Amino acid sequence: MAILEVKNVGKRFGGLQALGDVNLNVAENSCHAIIGPNGAGKSTLLNCLVGKLIPDTGSVMFDGHSVLGRKPYEINQMGISRVFQTPEIFGDLTVMENMLIPCFAKRDGAFRMHAIESIKHETDIIGKAEGMLEEMKLIEKRHMTASSMSRGDKRRLEIAMCLAQEPRLLLLDEPTAGMARADTNNTIDLLKQIKEERDITIAIIEHDMHVVFSLADRITVLAQGTPLVEDTPDKIKGHPKVREAYLGETQDAA
Amino acid sequence: MFGLNKKDAGLLIVVAILALAAPFILNPFPEGSAMAQFNAGYPDLMQRLVIFGIFAIGFNILFGLTGYLSFGHAAFLGVGSYAAIWMMKLLTMNVIPAIVVSIIIAGLFSLLVGFISLRRSGIYFSILTLAFAQMSYALAYSVLTPITGGETGLQPKYTDPRVLDKALEAGQQPRANLFGLEMNQGFQLEMGNWVFTFNAGYYIAAVVMLVAFYLSIRIFRSPFGMMLRAVKSNQQRMNYTGLNSKPYTLAAFVISGMYAGLAGGLLVAMDTQVGAERMFWTASGEVVLMTILGGAGTLIGPVLGAGFIKYMENIVSKINKSVLEQWFAFMPDGIEDVLVAIIYPFVGKGWHLTLGLLFMLVVIFLPGGLVEGGQRIGKMFRRRDANANSIEADAAEQRKPAAE
Repeated sequence: MAILEVKNVGKRFGGLQALGDVNLNVAENSCHAIIGPNGAGKSTLLNCLVGKLIPDTGSVMFDGHSVLGRKPYEINQMGISRVFQTPEIFGDLTVMENMLIPCFAKRDGAFRMHAIESIKHETDIIGKAEGMLEEMKLIEKRHMTASSMSRGDKRRLEIAMCLAQEPRLLLLDEPTAGMARADTNNTIDLLKQIKEERDITIAIIEHDMHVVFSLADRITVLAQGTPLVEDTPDKIKGHPKVREAYLGETQDAA
Repeated sequence: MFGLNKKDAGLLIVVAILALAAPFILNPFPEGSAMAQFNAGYPDLMQRLVIFGIFAIGFNILFGLTGYLSFGHAAFLGVGSYAAIWMMKLLTMNVIPAIVVSIIIAGLFSLLVGFISLRRSGIYFSILTLAFAQMSYALAYSVLTPITGGETGLQPKYTDPRVLDKALEAGQQPRANLFGLEMNQGFQLEMGNWVFTFNAGYYIAAVVMLVAFYLSIRIFRSPFGMMLRAVKSNQQRMNYTGLNSKPYTLAAFVISGMYAGLAGGLLVAMDTQVGAERMFWTASGEVVLMTILGGAGTLIGPVLGAGFIKYMENIVSKINKSVLEQWFAFMPDGIEDVLVAIIYPFVGKGWHLTLGLLFMLVVIFLPGGLVEGGQRIGKMFRRRDANANSIEADAAEQRKPAAE
């Protein structure tokens, strides 16, 4: 069953047709990768899913409900969390505070005026945040200012923050961009572990074929704003159209 | 204590001791000595110190936590003042209804201004708040003269209705009181050459300030306070974490507006008059200076900054040419004239120049304000291995990029 259904989505920026006519179904509890050369419209598509952009045509259904016209925080509360290309965390806050915020957001919703209670008394929330940090091996860094961590740690923290919200769909926008090989492999292992242990659907946009082929159950290739093919990784590897449009140029780079 | 951790409780106690012992602390020089003009322990100034402290504490909840720089907070102070004076004219000279209503009216007004201004962020938000404040000033100064008294302002008269109080005799000056205790009542304690003044109004204002300070600590340490810091840190992540930042910023805006209204109401309680100049943009700028000078985002910083600026305004501005000449009288004539000529532009009416220079020095060398200065001095005297953080350490750490 598809948890995310994208139907006939189109988006135009002035004279540029960024997305032509995109149809995409992401099956529940699968890992679906969207690949394509630069300018193929991957990020535009992702932005349409999370409410940052509103498509000109078509519909986006998440779990049977339309996400179009909803604000990013509303879509997030529906169960879609997003990991950004450059880790977006609360840089001025401590690692622990970074972890507490999504836990509060999960429990209390988009806004709650809890201005007099002390955080100290929220033992459930603190326990959950600590458990998450423990799992992500960030617990000994809990008092650090988040912006002072390494890129790999920031990425782990961001993923942990998304998972703390217990999303049904996790969107990853080039999660290993700009990472060293070791960090990339760590991230792959982490995502594999998440996939195995949790009841979660993952949609991933990625340039790095190594990452894509080690994670994805299904791959959609996007070129010039339209899906070229959608298939399993093995079939995509040998597909002539894909080689021509995409793999041919990136295999050299990789 | 009171639901605070040790450090915060310690800070609250220190502030409480300072506030309650202020008549002693601010009057260190004996009466009649050459230094007596540096004494700040007179009721009028002490009241201003704590009232502007409240104003700055409230401003810091908005600016220090969310990073939204409002350039129109004096409007809420002014609205609070007008509300308070009308309570005194219509209801009673008791300060309680005046102060309560000033908080409510300022809160409602800030809800309106905040709702509109918070549609934008950054410089556009600042300009919108400034525009609102200047419109309020213009309205108070001319258009709304029947309500605000225009240029002359308002003060209670014996002819006012004041439905809860007994009628006053013709010509009798109504005085603000708290259940009969008049704000200007007090007594003087003479110890040798020292004279200490204890004033009812000051102590009422000081207690209100302590309550306001206590509430601000609670807000800083609450989940709500953490969300406000999250707004400042990364609004994008906040939106993608399922949090709606707008009600958070609006709530912070209204809370700080209510603090400003409280300060405005207290100003009227202490000195029963109000004029439109209280809402002028320079008054809004002053609270920004206080907060940044003391240390934005720290608990005690705004109070320090407010005290510092109000002290300078009242003390340095009183040093005139003849005082300077008196100081340098022991020098030969030529040198005396030169020294007086050099220093004179920086004192008396030129105190803004001194303030400006000090502000520049603080912003350049102590980006964390006076609080950071205090921490650095504290560090020099502490052993390196001491793990003990100072009271404001976590606030200061958040500000640092922390690459070290």
